[in-house]
Amino acid sequence: MTVLIAIALTLVLVGGAVVVFTGDVQRQAVSLSLYGLLMTLLFVLLSAPDVALSQVVVGTAIVPLMVMLTIRKIKGNR
Amino acid sequence: MSRPLRWCVLGVGVAGVGLVMVLAFLRMPAFGSSYHPYRDAAVPAAVAHGTANVVGSVTFDQRGIDTLGEEAIFFGSVLAVSVLLRPADDEEVRSEEGSLAPLQSTRLFGYLLLPLTLLVGLDIVAHGHVTPGGGFQGGIMLATALHLVYVAGRYRSLEQLRPMPLFDSGEAAGVAAFAALGFAGMAAAGSFLANFLPKGTFGQLFSAGTVPLFNVAVGLAVGSGGIVMLGKFFEQVFTVSQDEGRHGESTAS
Repeated sequence: MTVLIAIALTLVLVGGAVVVFTGDVQRQAVSLSLYGLLMTLLFVLLSAPDVALSQVVVGTAIVPLMVMLTIRKIKGNR
Repeated sequence: MSRPLRWCVLGVGVAGVGLVMVLAFLRMPAFGSSYHPYRDAAVPAAVAHGTANVVGSVTFDQRGIDTLGEEAIFFGSVLAVSVLLRPADDEEVRSEEGSLAPLQSTRLFGYLLLPLTLLVGLDIVAHGHVTPGGGFQGGIMLATALHLVYVAGRYRSLEQLRPMPLFDSGEAAGVAAFAALGFAGMAAAGSFLANFLPKGTFGQLFSAGTVPLFNVAVGLAVGSGGIVMLGKFFEQVFTVSQDEGRHGESTAS
């Protein structure tokens, strides 16, 4: 279990770095969504299913969707 | 404020926060150890009130007042988004221009997952006091589920399936129901948000007193609020455009 948690923590670390260093905002929304999934995995391994459920819906669906819609709106007005 | 002074202020702040964090981490129980004072207090309290999902008991029974605050924050956020994203004076609302139909496989996935996601969302709300989940998780899932209609079809089909005024009142009703349950606890058991209903059998659908009712209230508020909030974003993208003539005027003036 400790090994799994260590792997998940490393993945979250790498995922966070990928999100930060993704230059293009549109791509960033997608990497943010994947990062949300990694966080969900970590929460499941840490026996926090309630938090994992919130994370999977908010972090991988709602927030990236809002970011994508906002980008589309801003680009459309130019 | 000059640049060197700013750096000084920042340095003091960072050093202070760093010091406090190091001190706090040094005194924390070791990761994965069996020393959990909060667990030892919360689990018996949850079991005493017949609530199998201890997290649900903490959220709605033991620390209900905190959740009421979170409800208020969510309500405020949805309200703020609605106000900020309303069509401005120099914008006009048009009907949606024809968007491309999605791939056949996307449509299939969307329509297959729509009933499934709705069902899982309802299940998570209804069993929030027995299994992981609850009003917030289930509500957000229900709000997301509705938007699969957009993924699978067109924006117009989403618009037709989404009676906005209903969800506007749904959100308000959910928040009001939460507060009303709190006052009902005050009237019946003498303290705000008290769990005044019969606690039932541990682990059964009808158990945990007021917790399932709070889950339903929060599910209604969060589900409707999520749909309203996402709806404002969709409206801005698909139906609101800047009025060209008046926009020119406003930039000229």
